[in-house]
Amino acid sequence: MKRLFPILSGLTAILLAYALYLALVVAPTDAQQGEVYRIIYYHVPSAWTAFLLFFINFIASIQYLVSKKASTQAAAKWVVLGIGVVGAVACLLPQVQTLLPAGMRPSAVATTVLLIPLFYFLIGWLFPGDRLDVLAVTTAEVGVVFCTIVLVTGPIWARPVWGIWWAPGDIRLTSTLVLWLIYVSYLVLRRFSNSAQTQMLAAALAVFGALDVPLVYFSIWFFRTQHPQPVIGGGGSMDPRMLHVLLISWMAFLCFAFLVCWSRFRLELLHREVEDAHALESLAGEGVAAKTSLPLNRSPR
Amino acid sequence: MTISRTEAAKPPANSLWAVTLATLVKDIRLEWRSKDALNSMLFFSLLVVVIFSFSFDPLAEESRHIVGGLIWVAFLFAAVVALNQTWARELRNQVLDAYRVSPAPANALFLAKALGNFIFVSVLEALMTPLFVIFYNLRVLGPAWQLIPVALLGTWALVVNGTFFAAMSVRTRSRELMLPLLLFPISIPAVLGMVAATTSILTGEDSAHFYIVLLLTYDVVFTTACLALFNMILHAE
Amino acid sequence: MNAIKFLFAAYIATWVIHGVYLGSLVRRFGRLRRELKEVGKGK
Repeated sequence: MKRLFPILSGLTAILLAYALYLALVVAPTDAQQGEVYRIIYYHVPSAWTAFLLFFINFIASIQYLVSKKASTQAAAKWVVLGIGVVGAVACLLPQVQTLLPAGMRPSAVATTVLLIPLFYFLIGWLFPGDRLDVLAVTTAEVGVVFCTIVLVTGPIWARPVWGIWWAPGDIRLTSTLVLWLIYVSYLVLRRFSNSAQTQMLAAALAVFGALDVPLVYFSIWFFRTQHPQPVIGGGGSMDPRMLHVLLISWMAFLCFAFLVCWSRFRLELLHREVEDAHALESLAGEGVAAKTSLPLNRSPR
Repeated sequence: MTISRTEAAKPPANSLWAVTLATLVKDIRLEWRSKDALNSMLFFSLLVVVIFSFSFDPLAEESRHIVGGLIWVAFLFAAVVALNQTWARELRNQVLDAYRVSPAPANALFLAKALGNFIFVSVLEALMTPLFVIFYNLRVLGPAWQLIPVALLGTWALVVNGTFFAAMSVRTRSRELMLPLLLFPISIPAVLGMVAATTSILTGEDSAHFYIVLLLTYDVVFTTACLALFNMILHAE
Repeated sequence: MNAIKFLFAAYIATWVIHGVYLGSLVRRFGRLRRELKEVGKGK
């Protein structure tokens, strides 16, 4: 395991360099925006990675919340399975297909919906018990990092193209900002909470955040129809060569995100090991001032 | 010991609504005697109104577009003042611990607190609205009656999540800072709805219908979520 | 040419943010390993 990390890091570095080369040299110049559009090869993959990480956090939080009682755990499994099956089948119905936004193929939506139970069971299997919470804090923190990059590169892209840094009606950038705010508050709660149930509280906050996201999207969507504003991230279809570079760039950043998450995961496990060691020490009464944050010893940090 | 028929006909003393009502009446009575929260809220809102009244010319027609946002910012900050002291009283005399041990349902406490806050903030809004009309020379160009569902739904949206997050913040350092930090991001769609709806009604330019439906959806979703998860929050150590 | 400045600014900003985060991870690892050694010695 320990040798795997440097090897994967090396491979990821090569992949990122290759993606950079593709983005700057190989990809064709945009007819309207010129060379500046190439920001998209960093902006969009970061956004997709951040959303994926927050999605994993949401799944892990729900699993952590329901894992405390066997009845809720079983019920949740059936609900998730139901969502996947019903959603996938619904995409085959013509009435539902008319409701889908233009440009989204029903098969793509069905596959995405099926990913929900797939992720749920995969995460539940790979990260048993308390590791769910470690996964939650890992994906939240790394997700915030990638989300920050989206919010920084977005305005940098908007300024030369549209002449403005920010438009409140830009649905994607504003939704991303709200998501960033929610997860920063999640991380602040984790740091500032003295409760023994911090993990549960944080999981509850993650669920609230996930419930909020569609509402944010719709509220801004309607706001836009009343106050038409430029779409900063660019819309519409893409030249297939550009799409090709975009996907490779995303693959590179996904590998990078995986390695960062792996490191953060190990850091969190080490952190808990140190806390347990401190707790054992204070229990054994060694006379050393205990620095644990557990309620066993309420010394200030 | 025999029980009279009228006694047997009463709902059990620890049913959801009985406890909710009892706790709510207690909170209102306590607040009426001290008027702590109400006074702080009123003064705070007044300050916000006066300070903002310097920022633009109230005679201009454009001011009607901004006032919706200003009003709700003032109410939002005032609501945070009220929410911050929601649980403080319970903590002081170990009332919260007593409640946790009692057989009363947790949701009754939550509903009582949320309804209490709702009443306090609504009273504040009712008192402040004439002041806003005076300071900003407001004339409502759209259907004025629609402001009532907007105010009711919007206030409940702030108060229901606020009460929940106030309970969450009780066990954190910097408790008073934690509450707005948690509440504001989650409340963004509701605040957008309130502000946009109020602006639409004041200017009469657009229909507030969508935003009222949005606020209603928000209220239903988050009231359900709060009721489902409050039991866990109450028993957090 | 002005627009290219924004392109490079975006790319550099991305890697600066990643670099700062990775640096904080390395620092936290070091601190925790030292703490673990101290707790081990104290026993």
